[in-house]
Amino acid sequence: MAATPRTREEQPPVDGGDPSVNVGKPGAEHGKSAARLGADLGLDDDALVGMYRMVALARAIDERMWILNRSGRIPFVISGQGHEGAQVGITWALRRAHDWIAPFYRSIATCLTFGMTARDMMTAQYATANDPSSGGRQMPGHYGHPSHNIVSVSSPVATQILHAVGIALAARIRGTDQVAMTFMGEGSSNQGDVHEGLNFAAIHHLPFVLVVENNGYAISVPATKELALPDVAARASGYGIPGVVVDGADVLACYRASKIAVERARRGEGPTLIEAKVTRLTGHSSDDQQTKYRAAEELTAERARDALPHFREQLRAVGILDDATVARIDAENRVIVDDATTYAEAQPDPDPATALDHVYAEGVEGTF
Amino acid sequence: MPVKTFIEAIREGLAEEMRRDPTTIVLGEDVGLKGGVFLATDGLHGEFGDDRVIDTPLTESMIVGASIGAAVNGLRPIAEIQFADFIFPAFNQILSEAARMRYRSNNALGVPMTIRAPYGGGVHGALYHSQSVEAFFTHIPGLKVVIPSTPYDAKGLLRSSIRNDDPVLFFEHKKMYRSVRGEVPDGEYTVPLGRAQVTRVGSRVTVVAYGLMAHYALEAADRAAEDGISVEVVDVRTLRPLDRETLLSSVRKTGKCLVVYEDNKFGGYGAEIAAIVAEEAFEFLDGPVTRVAGPDVPGVPYNHVLEDWFMVNPDKILAAIRTLAAY
Repeated sequence: MAATPRTREEQPPVDGGDPSVNVGKPGAEHGKSAARLGADLGLDDDALVGMYRMVALARAIDERMWILNRSGRIPFVISGQGHEGAQVGITWALRRAHDWIAPFYRSIATCLTFGMTARDMMTAQYATANDPSSGGRQMPGHYGHPSHNIVSVSSPVATQILHAVGIALAARIRGTDQVAMTFMGEGSSNQGDVHEGLNFAAIHHLPFVLVVENNGYAISVPATKELALPDVAARASGYGIPGVVVDGADVLACYRASKIAVERARRGEGPTLIEAKVTRLTGHSSDDQQTKYRAAEELTAERARDALPHFREQLRAVGILDDATVARIDAENRVIVDDATTYAEAQPDPDPATALDHVYAEGVEGTF
Repeated sequence: MPVKTFIEAIREGLAEEMRRDPTTIVLGEDVGLKGGVFLATDGLHGEFGDDRVIDTPLTESMIVGASIGAAVNGLRPIAEIQFADFIFPAFNQILSEAARMRYRSNNALGVPMTIRAPYGGGVHGALYHSQSVEAFFTHIPGLKVVIPSTPYDAKGLLRSSIRNDDPVLFFEHKKMYRSVRGEVPDGEYTVPLGRAQVTRVGSRVTVVAYGLMAHYALEAADRAAEDGISVEVVDVRTLRPLDRETLLSSVRKTGKCLVVYEDNKFGGYGAEIAAIVAEEAFEFLDGPVTRVAGPDVPGVPYNHVLEDWFMVNPDKILAAIRTLAAY
């Protein structure tokens, strides 16, 4: 499948850069020459292709989920379309199976990049007995995979920021050199837990990164009614930490921002808030009709902010991708998605006799 | 055997567990140099330092939410909520996250966390420093709820709570901190969770209680004995998991059950006890399952006359015992 994300040891150090400024604005740093794309980030061509493959795979899985939903095979979908580029770029900077992530319900590409497989994602959609996220107990989109250090997602939003802060606290106390990264939408940024978490993480310089994927909407409520500021990242100054705005359609800019934040965290210099400006290409969920509150022109314009074609053209322009390679990746992803769908559909439902299991640890005293 | 106060037993339990297990940490408001507003954590900061005894901002949701994350990543946090009355900002983290983490992750992630909180009235704490909050938490599968009444049990149950692999709410009646003394042996011992204790053997009426009420029930039982009424007292100790067998075997013996709790009567924890007895021991009953509990007002009033009116006390329990015994 996809290339393994580069570990910290494999990457050369980032050449400075003030993290409290905008990065990744169009035309800022990249694409200067074919030979050098990604070189300043320590990304070779294989890594770039691997990142592209991951963005495309996440999209392919996501699109399949909608087809399965609309054909009546699965009852619910909550999508990450429009977020994939930011998710892959940002997550790529972490060390898999060492660092921790606390994702949210749109974190399909994040979880794939951090180690979950297409089969893992699809069994969650079908809520099968062997779904690694929850064994079929949670709705689709509530990902988790402890063997990959992915914390289980719940439905109340922003609760996970505190879990990541606690993971970072434990990492510092235990001296594990781990970074905890958590992800949420801009709507969640208004919850009190975000303030409490950022404040505490900043006080204690915890190895913690908060990623806000700002797609402009909290279900139907537009950002103008969510925030009195243009950028969530501006709030970071209130906690004394860097706040970074990054173009979510620019995968390499997202990687750069994340790499700086992760290395800063690992050096013991404290948390960073990264706000990736992304787009939401679908409704909030399969139960939402976004044309009721978003104009057709807006939806068309938002398509232009899609990271998938942007990244593809960026790599094509410097000769890292060609038509044949793109076609091959698409074909490979199709096989992966077909396999995951067939596999998940064939897995058994959970046995109702197990529904009482795991309320408490095994061997507890007393009766309930 | 040394005699200690309730809070001394708790303080010793915390210190000994922290010495035994380096993954235990304490966090909460004022738990550091001050040693807690009730001094439950006094001395811990000096012995274990900044990393393991953490003063937090006034952020109850963070105290619990970060404890969940720390537990997921290999620690055993002991979180202090300064007063149980202030636990509600953390309710979402306790209910939606801590209680469900194991279930929703199909047993892959547990939350070995203990949340300590002083509760209860009778200390002129008025509406916001007197509440009994246990029923909110006993309602939630995935949580364990412990309320000790003696220094011995407090230390032994606290040890078991800290070592337990599930989230435990550990409520301490603040009126008992310095007014209740008892024998606490030196050295290692634990009291298992989920075991009630018959603290007084009797034959005509069973009184079920916990926390401060377990003491008042014993006092009332002593006075009832002067009237020739033999009362058995069951101290629940762990509200969830509940030791049904000890409770039901006592009621099957006496045929009468009085449940005493300090919380508001309607929907309080005692209502569940009453329902269990009615469902599972009906044919043994020789009178209605009866409750003595706090009145249904939003909180304990401050003025001493009003506070006395609110509080359950041995007189009220004795009156209920007499009525039930005569039924």
